[in-house]
Amino acid sequence: MQIHWLEVTIAAIAIAVVLTRVLSKGAGWLSWRFWRGAMIASSITMTTILFVLSFFTVQEARPGSGRIPPWTVINHEIGLKWDAERQWQVPVVGEETGFFGQVYSPEEAEALVNKGKITFQARNCMECHTLLGNGAYYAPDLTRAWLDPWWETRIKPMVGAESREEAMMKWLMNPPQYPQGTRRMPNLNLTEEEARALVAFLKWMAAIDTNGFPPHYSLTYEQR
Amino acid sequence: MSATTQVRPKLYESQKLALWYFAVAIALFGLQLTFGLIAAYQQLNPNFLFELAPFMTNRTLHVNTLVVWLLVGLVGGVYWFLPQETGREVVGIKAAKIIWWVIVAGVLVLAGIYLFVQYGPGEMSTLWLYMEGREYLEAPRWVDLALVLWVAIFLFNVIATTLASRRVTGLLLVLIFDLVALGALYSAGMHYNINVTMDQFLWWWVVHLWVEATWEVLVGVLMAWSLMYLLGTPRKVVETWLFLEVALVFGTGILGLGHHYFWIGTPEYWLGLGGFFSALEPLPLVAMVVHALYDAGGHRLLAVNKPAVFWLVAQAFGNFIGAGVWGFMQTLPQINMYSHGTQLAAAHGHLAFFGAYLSTVLMLTYVVVQQARPVLSVPLDSRWWKWAAGLMIFGIVGITGAFTISGFTQTLIERAEGGSTWAAFIRAYTHPWYANTLGWRYFFGWIMIIGYLILVYDLLTIGKHAVATVKATAVATAGGGDD
Repeated sequence: MQIHWLEVTIAAIAIAVVLTRVLSKGAGWLSWRFWRGAMIASSITMTTILFVLSFFTVQEARPGSGRIPPWTVINHEIGLKWDAERQWQVPVVGEETGFFGQVYSPEEAEALVNKGKITFQARNCMECHTLLGNGAYYAPDLTRAWLDPWWETRIKPMVGAESREEAMMKWLMNPPQYPQGTRRMPNLNLTEEEARALVAFLKWMAAIDTNGFPPHYSLTYEQR
Repeated sequence: MSATTQVRPKLYESQKLALWYFAVAIALFGLQLTFGLIAAYQQLNPNFLFELAPFMTNRTLHVNTLVVWLLVGLVGGVYWFLPQETGREVVGIKAAKIIWWVIVAGVLVLAGIYLFVQYGPGEMSTLWLYMEGREYLEAPRWVDLALVLWVAIFLFNVIATTLASRRVTGLLLVLIFDLVALGALYSAGMHYNINVTMDQFLWWWVVHLWVEATWEVLVGVLMAWSLMYLLGTPRKVVETWLFLEVALVFGTGILGLGHHYFWIGTPEYWLGLGGFFSALEPLPLVAMVVHALYDAGGHRLLAVNKPAVFWLVAQAFGNFIGAGVWGFMQTLPQINMYSHGTQLAAAHGHLAFFGAYLSTVLMLTYVVVQQARPVLSVPLDSRWWKWAAGLMIFGIVGITGAFTISGFTQTLIERAEGGSTWAAFIRAYTHPWYANTLGWRYFFGWIMIIGYLILVYDLLTIGKHAVATVKATAVATAGGGDD
């Protein structure tokens, strides 16, 4: 369903105003009764609209809905392309290349991403990093971490890995050994299984359509 | 007004309970500042305590003690004013006392887990026992359940006491609806969701709708009671202002939630809705400033409790500047696309929490302290509260300034120029415009700590002079003696 913000905004304000008039039974705007009516009217109106919009948002936020990738996206090449109409980058899913040399079935992929998400929470990653821009700002944003060119150019040779996923896994299992910048990431004692799952979660997240955030990811001025 | 002393009216049981609430709140405030200071120092020297308690540990404790002490202070405020409002002892006070000590014990255990366990294996059991790993809601599920029980008993206390008093005032009605919403919203944050978009969607129902809606209204109720107590503002005036504030807070803040849905994978209509409604969010805060000034001005600042009135007015301004201005600065999607997830959010967070909630709880603490002594000192005043307030405000303004500058630098260098990669992140935090602010942040952190120590000293001593005078008079009247 197409929802436009301006219509919703105008409707919300109009309903709240009319409801206020009804509830305050024509009391003047400087009266106790008027503002009691306004309080009830705005609370009911805005809560109802939030619930209705949340219902539609949930439909669009399902994996495989278009905005959110299916779990099996981890089997594919992922990239970003410039959307000329929206004037921001959108994720593109390329050919099937496998993940750690293997193609995961939908159930296996979901289980792996799930393990990665639980590990992300269990290791309290959000207390230093941000993901989708939310978190603690002490360490890099992870929304598009899978697409970060440093894995290829810097980390892969440093940890001696064959692929990007292997480079990420090896680095995550012992970050203080390969410090980047002056701030270091502690060794969170990730098992190989946990590190692999974490990389799957990060790869899946990199394919979410985030309305262009973070802007111009990994593009220099010349490339824009 | 010359200082006088009065014998204090007998305290209700729930007011005695409130004294514990405030004592624990102020102690937790000290812990919050300590962990904040360590985290600030770790930005200067990332090797400090790196093996033992890295940044993530101190930051977890910093934000969790923040949420807990403020909530404890606000709930304590209700336990303080509720018997005065209803003219009777709080119903179910025994349950309230039991759950309070359960919560205190739980907080201690949780602090131990955060400090010494820190994290767990990537299993669901970790989320139940040690760490849920969602910023502000790091507490494991067993703590969530204890909190829900606490809020449920608190809600029962309020509703049962209101019904028993047979007089439902406008203030009580707002309080009850707000507490129902507050409890219900917390349960929205108690689910595990594999889909990070839905996870954050519901996470904000707790974090935003608590802090920018239900907490603001709870503060409104407590401000209303305090205005009546401190300045003798008529109930009808206070209630009308409260209704106006609730109308505006809920009218703008509920859909203002949309400003958290710009970039998490949710549809594009949230850009317009979130931008529009959150841009209006400062409105109720302006109303609050007008309100406080009108009421204070109308009575020529002739207050019974000077520090409390100071923090009441500071609350109005602090809330408007911290939550309103610093929030508006980055709330439209056109700038938020670049400033989102930078130190600018931390600047807003620090000033907003200080202005809106810390000021409220300190205001309430002074109200309570005045009546905690056996003899009332009227007006309550001292030299030290001014130093405490001055230093803490100076400290938070400095911290916010430092965060704002590093936030702008990060927005510019990491986001706008650098394309938000790992390398761009490092370029931003090593840039002098960012790096130089870290020392300032740490320095102003110490100012806060000094302010806090003076605050504690003042809370322990303010008004005691009156007690001593009355005792001396009593002794003299009795003809003197050795005791």
